[in-house]
Formats: sequence, C-alpha cells, structure tokens
Amino acid sequence: MKKSNIIMLLAALLPLGLFIFPLWNITLEAPQYPTPLGMNIHINDFADANPFDIKNINLMNHYVGMKYIPEAIPEFKIFPIGIIITTIIGLIIAFKGNYKWFLGWFILMIVLSSAGMYDFYMWEHDYGHNLNPKAIMKFTNPDGSIMGFQPPLFGTKHILNFTAHSYPRLGSLFLALGIATSLLAYFVGKKTKNNTL
Amino acid sequence: MKNTIKITLGFIAIALTFSSCNNSKSSESKGGLSSSAAEQVYVKPGDHDEFYAFLSGGFSGQLSVYGLPSGRLFKVIPVFSQDPEKAYGYNEETKPMLMTSYGEIPWGDAHHPDISQTNGVLDGRWIFINENNTPRIARIDLSNFETSEIIEIPNSAGNHSSSYVTDNTEYVIAGTRFGIPIPQRDISIKDYKGNFKGALSFIKVDKDSGQMDLSFQILMPGFDYDKAHPGRGKSDGWFFYTTYNTEEANSLLEVNASQNDKDFIAAVNWKKAEEYIKVGKFKTMPTKYAHNIYNDETHSATTTWGTSVKVLDPAECPGLVYFLPTPKSPHGCDVDPTGEYIVGSGKLAASLTVHSFTKMLDAIKNKKFAGEAYGIPILNFEDVLAGTVEQPGLGPLHTEFDGKGNAYTTFFISSEVVKWKLGTWEILDRQPAFYSPGHLMIPGGNSQKPFGKYLVSMNKITKDRYLPTGPEVCQSAQLFDISGDKMKLLLDFPTIGEPHYAAGIPADLVAPKSRKIFKLEENKHPYATTNDADTKVVRDGKNVHVYITTIRSHFNPDNIEGIKVGDKVFFHVTNMEQDYDVPHGMSMIGANTSEVLVMPGQTETFVWEPKQVGVWPFYCTDFCSALHQEMQGYVRVSPENSNIPLSWSLGEE
Repeated sequence: MKKSNIIMLLAALLPLGLFIFPLWNITLEAPQYPTPLGMNIHINDFADANPFDIKNINLMNHYVGMKYIPEAIPEFKIFPIGIIITTIIGLIIAFKGNYKWFLGWFILMIVLSSAGMYDFYMWEHDYGHNLNPKAIMKFTNPDGSIMGFQPPLFGTKHILNFTAHSYPRLGSLFLALGIATSLLAYFVGKKTKNNTL
Repeated sequence: MKNTIKITLGFIAIALTFSSCNNSKSSESKGGLSSSAAEQVYVKPGDHDEFYAFLSGGFSGQLSVYGLPSGRLFKVIPVFSQDPEKAYGYNEETKPMLMTSYGEIPWGDAHHPDISQTNGVLDGRWIFINENNTPRIARIDLSNFETSEIIEIPNSAGNHSSSYVTDNTEYVIAGTRFGIPIPQRDISIKDYKGNFKGALSFIKVDKDSGQMDLSFQILMPGFDYDKAHPGRGKSDGWFFYTTYNTEEANSLLEVNASQNDKDFIAAVNWKKAEEYIKVGKFKTMPTKYAHNIYNDETHSATTTWGTSVKVLDPAECPGLVYFLPTPKSPHGCDVDPTGEYIVGSGKLAASLTVHSFTKMLDAIKNKKFAGEAYGIPILNFEDVLAGTVEQPGLGPLHTEFDGKGNAYTTFFISSEVVKWKLGTWEILDRQPAFYSPGHLMIPGGNSQKPFGKYLVSMNKITKDRYLPTGPEVCQSAQLFDISGDKMKLLLDFPTIGEPHYAAGIPADLVAPKSRKIFKLEENKHPYATTNDADTKVVRDGKNVHVYITTIRSHFNPDNIEGIKVGDKVFFHVTNMEQDYDVPHGMSMIGANTSEVLVMPGQTETFVWEPKQVGVWPFYCTDFCSALHQEMQGYVRVSPENSNIPLSWSLGEE
C-alpha cells in the first residue's frame, strides 16, 4: 500500500471520533451559576455538561419565550449516516483510488461540513429569534427591534445576564484532522506521482 | 512635587510596616483585641471555612452547623424539636420522626454530638446526638445534613452519658443519669437505694447504612451515669462512664449526692459483653420503644416498634464492669488519643484525676480489689491512678486533646480553659473564658487523631458579652487558637440554644459529599408527581389528595375547584426543579400547620382543613425566582352539600 493511501486511510477513519467525542459545546455563565450551565452537542444527541443542565437552560430560556431544546432533531439521524457513508467512501478511495480521488473526498467533506455549520446556524437563529409572543419578558434592542437570544456560532457573546461561549470540542477536531489529513494524502500522493514520472 | 509624593508615600509605607509589627507583638498580650486575631478568623467573602463545627442546641433540641474559624452559622438541623421553617415534625413525612412510646413529642434536649469514626479517625459520614429528657439517639446524615434516624432508648431516664461512638463506630451508646425502677413500677421514691437501676445501652451501627439497632443493655446500680468515653487504640473494647450520686440519694441531691469522698468511673468491657450475649447470658425484657427512620427515596419517615431488649446483669457477668474510685462527683470522662489516660473531672475536687488504662488492666489481672458494689469489683484508687493535675482551677468539667500530648480542660467555677501536659501533669497555660465554660471542643479532639488547631469553648453564662436582648440572652462560644504554646482568644460568637458539646471536622472530609439535589427519577414518594401530565386532584371520601408540582415560576395546578367545607385536603407538593439551591415553599391561608419547604426532587405533604366557603389563595413561600411573586394559586371551597365536581387547571383563561 502506498504511503499516500495509508494517510488517506487515516483521514477516512479520523471523523469516526465524532461518535465518541462531542462536536460542539455551548456554555452559559451567570452570577447565579458559579458552576456554569453547559450543553455538549454530539453528532446524535444534546447532552448535559453537568447533570440537568439542559433542563435548567430550558427553565431560564422560557422567561424570554425561547422554545425548549428538543430531545431529538432530524440531524441526529442524518449526521451519523453522513459520517458513516463518507467514511466508507473514504475507505474505498484509500484502498482503491489515487490521489485525485483524495482531493475529491476533501472537497466533499468541506462542502458537507459547511452545510452542517449552516444548518447549525439556522437552528440557532430560529432558537434565538422564534420567540413565544406570550413571553414573560420581552426585550428590545436600542433600535426598537425585538431582541434575539441566539448564541454565537463560534466565540463568546453577552446575552442579558449570561455570557455565552460557543466552541468546537474534540469531535470537531477529529473531523477537521480527518479533512486536513485527506488534503495531506493528496499532496503526498501527487508528489510521489511526480517523482516517479 | 512628584518626588515629594514619593518620599511621603515611602514614609507612610515604613510607618505602616512598623505599626503592623507593633500590632502583632501586642496581640500576644491583648489576645482577641488585636488585629491579627481578626485576620485569623476572617474568611474572605466567597471563601470557605477550614472546619465544620456541629454545636448541640441543648434545650432547643437541634444541632447547629457553624464554620470555623469564622464562627458563621450555616444551618440549624432540626433533630428532636419541631421546626416550622423546615416543616420538620409538621409535614406528614417527618411527623413519625418525633414518635416515641409516649406518643409524639414536639421537643427534646439535645446534648452530645459525635461524628462517626473509622479506625479511631473521623470519617464524616454521620453525626449522632442524644436526647436527654425522653431518652433517644439521632443519626444525622452528613451528605444531606438532615436527621435520618431516631431510636428511643427504653429502661433509661436522663440519657446524658451518650451518644459517643467507638473506634470503628461499632456502637453508639446511651446511658441513664436518673436511676429508675426497671421495669417501671409503682413504688415509694424513698425505696430508691438498691431498687433503682441505671441501664447502659449499646446501639449497634450498621457499617454501611449507619442504621442503628438496640443491641443490649447492662443493668447497673442506681448511680447517676453522667458522661462517657470509649476506649481508644489500646483501650478500644472498653467504655468508661463517670458516676455521681453513688450515695443513691433520692432528694436534695446537691447535698446528699455530694457526701462520698469518691464516686466511680465505671469501666465496661463491651467486647466481653458481646461474648456474654453470644453465649446467651442475657435476659430478654419486654419493653416498647420507637425506631423512626427517614427514607431518602420515599422522602418519608416510618416508625417501627421494638418490643424487647437483651439485658446483662454485671453481678452475673464477671469481668464485664469494674469501678475506678474517682474523687467528688466526676463529670467529664475523657480518654486521650492513645487510649492510655482516662481523665475524670471531679466537679467538687481540688485536683484533676487521671487514671491509667495499663495500671487498670494490671490491677484487674492481679485481682487487687478494694471491695465491691452490687457485685461489681472496686479497684484501689492508688492502683489505677496515673497522676493528678494539682490546683488546676475550680469546677473542672470536660477535657479534650490536641494530639501533641496536651490536654485542655474547662473550669466552670473559675471560668477558664486550662492547658496541661499528659504524663507530667504540669499546667502550661490558662486563659479566662467569658463566662463559665461547660464543654470545649477541638475538631477530632475526642478521637485518636485530633486536628489541634482550634478550640471552641462553650460558655454557660453570657451576661455582658453582646448587645443586651432583654432578660434572655444567647449563649456564647469562644474560639481559641491552640497552634502555639499559649492559647490565644480569637473570637466570640453567639450560639443556638445551649450547646452542651460540639463536634468539629475538617471541611474537606464532608463538603465534597454534600448533596445538591434529590433526583426526581429516584423519588419513590407514594404521592409524588414526577411528570406535569400526572398532576391531579383525587377525592377519597372526605379526604382530598392534591398532586401538585412546583417549578419556576408556577404551581401545577394553580386553580382547584370542587373542595368542600369539612374536607381534609392533603397537598402533596413535588418540587420538579433539578437545580442546586432552588427550593420552593408552599402554604395556604389558614392552614393549621407550617409551610412546607421542598428541596429539588422532593415531595412533602401538608394538610389543610377548609372551614369556610370562599376562594382561598396559596403561594410559594421561598423567593425562588424573578417571578416568585406570581407563583400563587386559588382553591374554591363550596358548601358541604354542594355538587360542584373536582376540577383543576393551569394556564386556562
């Protein structure tokens, strides 16, 4: 097996880390929460950072009319299937394909990951802006528009008494490493090819 | 100009350095008045204390939880007395905790807390405390800081020599300060002598659950068994009890029980007692006592009844009990961390008596007896004496140890704490206490491993120490630093009730295990509502059961109709919260009981018997959230003969 194919094999396997480690984390800090509330987003689940955090986030958020964080979303079915399929494709490529295919897999993964991020952003936006009209507390921005409570897609943001942090977790690192490694496989493969020519 | 400022600042800095030096010097002479004492007890906002201190509430019947060195009060744990704040003894769940063979008793006299031990070292699992008036022992769980169990002690009166634990918490003990006829019968009080007895009780503690079980009693002569201490280390397997009124007086005891030159310390070999029980050398006496256990999953207490007790007669059990003559009505009975020395504080004696465990074993081995009392051998005073602390003060009461070879004794009459050395019996230091200390406490100071940094003196008389509050003033505790050669007074702090004793423990042995919430999914209360869809109101004749939930910031249901005058309404309140420090309270206008204060995941029940037609509000009594004031509801009460059906709702307009 060629060196580049071995690297590609590794690239295809790395995203499987998503089945073990969380993809993303949102943490909410407030004076009343010396232990912050947190939610880990897994590829197939929303999980409490500490026991009952999601229940308590929901309790906080109902005051401003936000919906409860759902038990399950369709993405929890689609994402794992997507990862399994792309891993299988990656494995086939690793065993059968040449370096040009590696680039193809790289592009596929970039596109799919971007789509995933966009989907996450859309959900966040809806979660933060689609508020119950009978909300207990209604806040407006200085310009008079209704205040939204969307957590940041990436980074830190102050929302009323909370400071919200939204950052990738180990699962994302595995995915990113996998994608980067496939690009490496492409270059290694290309170099080897050029050398042999 | 700039330089001038710099030079000035420099001088100020030097001046401050010098003045702070002066302060630290003067602190030695001025004790608690110095700024360094203030620094020693200052715990920065948000920081935690180094030790927990559990002070008995005495006639309050409760146990209070303080932090040391700050002296800040954290909690008062209801134990033997009702507490409307926490609904203890008022809600349906905890009423059984106060059940006794005399019926439900709303008050108790809490005396001597003692923390469970493993290998003679504090393990911070449970704390036991005795009730003096209606003899009982309670066990408090140190993960919940709530009373988990109360066992009544039969054949006993004035349960004062209690509730100390052995090296591995095999037993917690109870005693009898007031001799009584056993079994109780109608006889003349004048027939006290020889007819009245004092039972010493051994209560087995389950090593996993902590659950208590009255194992056996030793029926002793009718002396007053005042204080007790288990053997430690080398003397593990023995228990020592001070006695007074060996005169067996039944009237004017202040005179008549102070006549004998020496009373006794009773040394009880409980390992021997176990052997006698094993070979069946006991009598089974019929009796009746209550055993009340609180269950963390049903959030409810139940009472079961004990109907008999195994009794040993020391006259028929050689080697079980010996008497060590000890001067003048000894009170404190304290064993040092090595288990060698047994300190008897003769209240009316001019010196402190210390017995030697090794010498006691020798005397027993050589059968050097001075006589006997009711078939119990009396050893020679000189044969068991280790030494005496001469001229220590007046009215010694109680001694604890620092683990560095020193002992500390309170003197009630001369109002001081005295530090002295084990073995040489020399007095090392004395500090005044304000005023008249009873007990003192060093964290772990009655175990094999004292944490000898602080000493708390619990003073019986307060007088002018604080701002006056009318004829009744609080009792006062004083904190001393005992880490140096000399004791240093650091702090006065007021206490709840009358602390007779206390138990202290490093916070890191307890704090990490402190529970934050009860899990709703583990709630097995028969009337719990763990799902909003299950809230309901159910009629059972005149009894109406309301399955109601609380969560920020509403009750479910909050509108109830169909209740009638003459009904007995049970509000079963389940707190659906699963977040730390979010209790909800509930009370109903005119309810003839206390509020309930329900911790997250818990269910509590209060009873309301509506007497008038109308619409009556209820509300949340604990400021739970921003919308706490909105957390309220209504019950419609209709005439007795009305046929309005039961209905309940939330959020319907």
